[in-house]
Amino acid sequence: MNVLVCVKRVPAPGAKINITADGQAVDTAYLAFTTSPHEECAVEAAVQLVEAHGGEATVMTLGPTEAEEQLRYAASVGAAKCVLLPIDGADWDPQRTAQALATAIAGVEAANGPFDLILFGNESADSGNFQVGVRVAHALGRPIVNGVKGIEVDGDAVRARREADAGVEVYRLPLPAVLGIKEGINLPRYPTMKGRLAAKKAEVAQVAPEGEPGGQQMVTLVQPPVTVTETVILGHGPDAAPAVVDLLEELGLLK
Amino acid sequence: MTVLVVAEHDRGALAPATLEACAFARSLGEPVHAITIGAAADGLVATLAEYGVSVVVQAHHDLLADYGPEAWGETVAQLVRQYQPTAVLATGTDRGNEVMAQVAARLGLPMVANVTAVTPGEPWTITRVRWGGSLLEECTLAAGTKLLTIAHHSLEASPAPVDATTEAMAPDLGAELARTMVVERVERAAGVTLATAALVVGGGRGVGSAEGFTPLEELASALGGVVGCSRAVTNNGWRNHTDQVGQTGTRIAPDLYIACGISGAIQHWVGAMASKTILAINTDKDANMVTKADVAVIGDLHQVVPAITAEVRRRRGA
Repeated sequence: MNVLVCVKRVPAPGAKINITADGQAVDTAYLAFTTSPHEECAVEAAVQLVEAHGGEATVMTLGPTEAEEQLRYAASVGAAKCVLLPIDGADWDPQRTAQALATAIAGVEAANGPFDLILFGNESADSGNFQVGVRVAHALGRPIVNGVKGIEVDGDAVRARREADAGVEVYRLPLPAVLGIKEGINLPRYPTMKGRLAAKKAEVAQVAPEGEPGGQQMVTLVQPPVTVTETVILGHGPDAAPAVVDLLEELGLLK
Repeated sequence: MTVLVVAEHDRGALAPATLEACAFARSLGEPVHAITIGAAADGLVATLAEYGVSVVVQAHHDLLADYGPEAWGETVAQLVRQYQPTAVLATGTDRGNEVMAQVAARLGLPMVANVTAVTPGEPWTITRVRWGGSLLEECTLAAGTKLLTIAHHSLEASPAPVDATTEAMAPDLGAELARTMVVERVERAAGVTLATAALVVGGGRGVGSAEGFTPLEELASALGGVVGCSRAVTNNGWRNHTDQVGQTGTRIAPDLYIACGISGAIQHWVGAMASKTILAINTDKDANMVTKADVAVIGDLHQVVPAITAEVRRRRGA
């Protein structure tokens, strides 16, 4: 089973997200970068599918050349091939990103044969546009379901499980298919020393991204209005317990 | 011109976020129409009329007997081609975003997700949420029909009753769309969940181990609450992801959230910020969770939490 995972390099903010002076981006001067969390789980899911059913996992990203770091991380935990669609400067809008990914995927498939399964994260942690996976699936003429927290190969189809307000929903998608993965589907493994060494040597294929700008264009990032909270310190250590229970009584929680 | 609302429902049960989308649609100053998908939703006309919807389009088809993102998306796309509404609004929920992305892909139109404010013009200027609400984006949207999903809780769903009429719609759906219909459902067992609990006791890295959660379990149990945790905890394998509060976990909204040994990174904060009152227990008085909390106890959670449980039991006994 050949599986493709599309990932995004995103900043890993701590307690506050700072914006650059021109308002065009998150100020990453003091931030590390990571793979968007849902996609980290998608990579793990792909590697597990390959371990169970054979084939290989490929990882693809559209982003700055530094996103090679996220591709190599995926290689260190089991992805066999890496494809980078390098862009300069700001993020591409979701329509443009989807167009470039769909074109690149079609190119890779023309050369190497079709992917049985393509995995996306449910949404990216930073921009959260909730649409790139669906647009790519539609461009490729394949079914997609988002929010997936369980995958089971079932003959020439895949059973996908997701959580909804009312309970768990199960879908059965004929292969080839596309799934939007949510964190919680698995606990991603850590790279082994052997994996790290292999990742250093992994070949990263570059494909020039092709996409026309879409109708949604970012103007600026803005901090949400800050509600300044004056924290009331109830006390220090276990001696504060009576004050806490007073609060529970006040809130009607001590029934 | 009209604004069309996609009514989100589950087998006829209306998602509350739909009423927020109706209220948002009214604020755009054009007549508000809605589409309900599947015969199970035919009973929603009166509720939608109560919130200002004057025309309800009822789409019926065998492939709309239950939820399916492609069949729903294709149905809405066909209505948009026929109606040419000014805008289409859906809920900023898992289903709402998924259906609208399908609509957008099928129509080749842009879609703006999780919108909090709109200034019409040429183009429209829109404010939307990023990072689960900890950052805002201002963007422009240029399109014939504007496709938006409305960020949940970005406005109040106030009623504005009108008389509604209904129109029947029979979408032309190819049999292949059955490929993304729900084939099986397991209903959730009744009981308190993390998302609905009135009291949540959360633990973070400061808890130190899986066993370290025992005192938190005891406090939650004494108060009829549930235990949650931060992403650091699930990443360490101390607790299951179903307990995770945060941007990529569960959004909670309890009367009281007791956050123990949690630093309060963005990832966790966006899942906890809807709590009505937050009590932070932390050794670090400068931790983000402490400075953002309403009340705090400075100290080691391993001593403070058992003391609170003991005090609860003592007063109950008295």
